[in-house]
Amino acid sequence: MDATTVREGLTLFVADKAGADEVQIENLARLSGGASRETWSFDARISRGGTVETIEAIFRCDPIPGQPTMPGRELEYHLIKAAWDNGVVVPEPLWDGDDRFGVKFFTMRRVPGETLGGRLVRGEQYTAARELVPQQLAQSLARIHHVAAAGHPELARLPGPEPGKSPALAELDHYEQAYRQAAPNPHPIFELAFRWCHQNLPDVPQSVLVHGDYRLGNFIFGEEGLRGVIDWELAHWGDPMEDIGWLAVRSWRFGGKQPMAGVGDREAFFRAYEAAGGLPVDRERIRFWELYGNLRWGVITITQAVTYLSGRSKSVELASIGRRTAETEWELLNLLEGKGD
Amino acid sequence: MQDRPNVDELLEAVAGFLHDDVLPNTTGRLSFHARVAGNVLQMLRRELATEEEHLQREWTGLDALLGRADRPQSLAQARAQLTERNQALAGLIRAGGADGAPFREALFAHLRAVMRDKLGVSNPGLLAEG
Repeated sequence: MDATTVREGLTLFVADKAGADEVQIENLARLSGGASRETWSFDARISRGGTVETIEAIFRCDPIPGQPTMPGRELEYHLIKAAWDNGVVVPEPLWDGDDRFGVKFFTMRRVPGETLGGRLVRGEQYTAARELVPQQLAQSLARIHHVAAAGHPELARLPGPEPGKSPALAELDHYEQAYRQAAPNPHPIFELAFRWCHQNLPDVPQSVLVHGDYRLGNFIFGEEGLRGVIDWELAHWGDPMEDIGWLAVRSWRFGGKQPMAGVGDREAFFRAYEAAGGLPVDRERIRFWELYGNLRWGVITITQAVTYLSGRSKSVELASIGRRTAETEWELLNLLEGKGD
Repeated sequence: MQDRPNVDELLEAVAGFLHDDVLPNTTGRLSFHARVAGNVLQMLRRELATEEEHLQREWTGLDALLGRADRPQSLAQARAQLTERNQALAGLIRAGGADGAPFREALFAHLRAVMRDKLGVSNPGLLAEG
């Protein structure tokens, strides 16, 4: 959407929601591009009964009307709301969108801070944060996994495992198909990994709310630690160990020496997660999800390189991602041989 | 045969231009992509310096797993046939032919050697980490 459309729509929307006499939208700026989602930053000056209040906020919307969307994206406001109500560190949800833009949208309070993984892992100003973040992540994750379907009926529309089937099976099939369709080169290590995953599919005693992309890059942090868990569009019902395994995937360590988000010890994280009321930690299932996570990210690097090879994008960044596939294969070899850390 | 500067020397010149001239004088997306482009050129220099040796090692490793085959003289033909041989290896793994002990151990040793060579080109820092 263009800035004028967003500004005009938001002026009326915020006035409606806040019951304001007058609203002015200021400092409107597009934060991120991408085909999947638009994110805008804005300040709303709200005049109401003689007083003026300024709200610093974020506007998230789908980019194209009429495009098929996914439940996690349609429900992102409800997900953040459920997380907020359960004490997860998330941006405060403000208002869910209506029909005025022709695309799904919502607003939340803006949380200032850093999201770049390498900065947390290496930044001098984040020395204290590196100590605190693992425990804060464990605590928020435990609370996410305790969001009850009963309290948030909208979330019943999120995808979940088929009865009697492993929650990993549908995803595994999806990425295997993507790999077989897209990969320009054979990858013997991916074959080993797909085979291992099929032979080690986890059964899950209890399906819970899973964030689905719980990793460095989707956390806002400051010098004092975690400020917000963002990007909820891949949320689904499934195995709580999935989020823990994904958090340990090598690529999300951004060069950090520690396995959990590059800054946290594995066992200490498990203890903090359980102490915060998380589900019983199952190291075998975590191993599955971590190995599967490296495989999944490996397949994604191939599909990104193929966007370049097919001519859909001319980006040197996407082209060079094709040479990062080898990193995930190296890690998969280590994990398959039981040499992970 | 072309005159000097050779391929490596010219890649080095362009990488130097990106790193020393473009990077400090750009910001944001442009600067980021200049960095990526410079890194790609450095990777290509490592690839050109080692490709012959790496392809030979991969070929010999596959000989031990799939049976001996004569390697074509030209690099282009060797690359094309390596793709076919790796396809055969992938199919064999998929069919369960790599589940048993002695073959599996030889397979892992081969894949480790190949990945070490590939990462030595694409991300030497990762190998240095251990």
